[in-house]
Amino acid sequence: MAIKDLPLEEHYIPGSAACPGCPASMALRMVFKAIGKKMIMVVPACCTSVIESLHPYTSFDIPLLNIAFEAAAAASSGVAAALETMGRDDITVVAWAGDGGTYDIGLQALSGAFERGTNFIYICYNNQIYSNTGIQRSGATPYAAWTTTTVGGKTEFRKEMGEIVQAHHIPYVAQTSIGYPEDVYRKVKKAKEIKGPKYIEILAPCPPGWRFDMSKTAEMGKLAVETGAWALYEVENDKITFNGKSKLILEGKMKRKPVEDWLKLQGRFRHLFVPERDEKRLKEIEDHIDMLWRRYRSWVGIEK
Amino acid sequence: MKKYPIITSISYPKKGAMGKTGTWRVFKPILDQNKCVKCLQCWIYCPEATIIRKEDNSVEIDYEYCKGCGVCANVCPTKAITMVREGEEK
Repeated sequence: MAIKDLPLEEHYIPGSAACPGCPASMALRMVFKAIGKKMIMVVPACCTSVIESLHPYTSFDIPLLNIAFEAAAAASSGVAAALETMGRDDITVVAWAGDGGTYDIGLQALSGAFERGTNFIYICYNNQIYSNTGIQRSGATPYAAWTTTTVGGKTEFRKEMGEIVQAHHIPYVAQTSIGYPEDVYRKVKKAKEIKGPKYIEILAPCPPGWRFDMSKTAEMGKLAVETGAWALYEVENDKITFNGKSKLILEGKMKRKPVEDWLKLQGRFRHLFVPERDEKRLKEIEDHIDMLWRRYRSWVGIEK
Repeated sequence: MKKYPIITSISYPKKGAMGKTGTWRVFKPILDQNKCVKCLQCWIYCPEATIIRKEDNSVEIDYEYCKGCGVCANVCPTKAITMVREGEEK
């Protein structure tokens, strides 16, 4: 997929309420391009309920339903059931939630919708914090990261949502990063063609939440993949394939960069470097990523 | 546009729903057309959709709504886009 082949149509209208350099708006543009106007988007409380702008105007040129925090998947189930009853199979139902609404608050409704086999795409844009309410920790916040509720750094590791969703054995699960918009586009496009529940998670580096310069959003998304802190993969009917740089790292064709390269650009990990290097926690993070990649290799049958 | 006869809080799409967001800008992206190789990286990464792609794949910046985040300047492989402080451009 070359950038030149991406459609010109734009359903994200300039002049929204998003912060400058917002990764969620980048991802939304790709989703709108991939699915087109024939969709109904369900948005729980998250940054996107701000980005879509204030009543009586909106910046999204598509039908959208705002719903309570925990109910994204439940409301999508209702919308999908209504469309099925009306015999409309040309409309895609998309639930678009942040990591708070997916990892923590919306998990029960999400699991229920997957178990019922609802025909919809659930997209989680993961910025690893509750950024809409002012940077609180979530289940997706990585170890040692600063948030307003974990001042000395989070003491727990993040959970692996991809693996929780894979345990539902749904037709399509994918992880991608906003550093690679073509990858986001391709995966959403692919999910659109599959019937049944689909789950896509997009890593969205948040400039105010992660404390980095707003011009570096794309760079941070790429670095997360190159350092192995995030993996690009897709699971079709329980068959897993890694994509892009993650594939090279998995097969040993590219050595993953030290995770420090990614950490030291973010203000939320500043306490690991200043006033003195916290070797213990840096090693713990590095070891955790090594452990993660050993597990990935065991999934595809490469033992190392 | 079709308006729906429902009395509820329906919002309708509008360009500049939050006003002219170009006024948020501190640094302004300046594009040097001579250096541009039409790779469209800036167009694909722009969070605000303010980089306008034309038929021949050349690009133009919509300063009315550009928030000046600088993502385009950061991803440009030929450094054709430079960020200049607002009011100091030549």
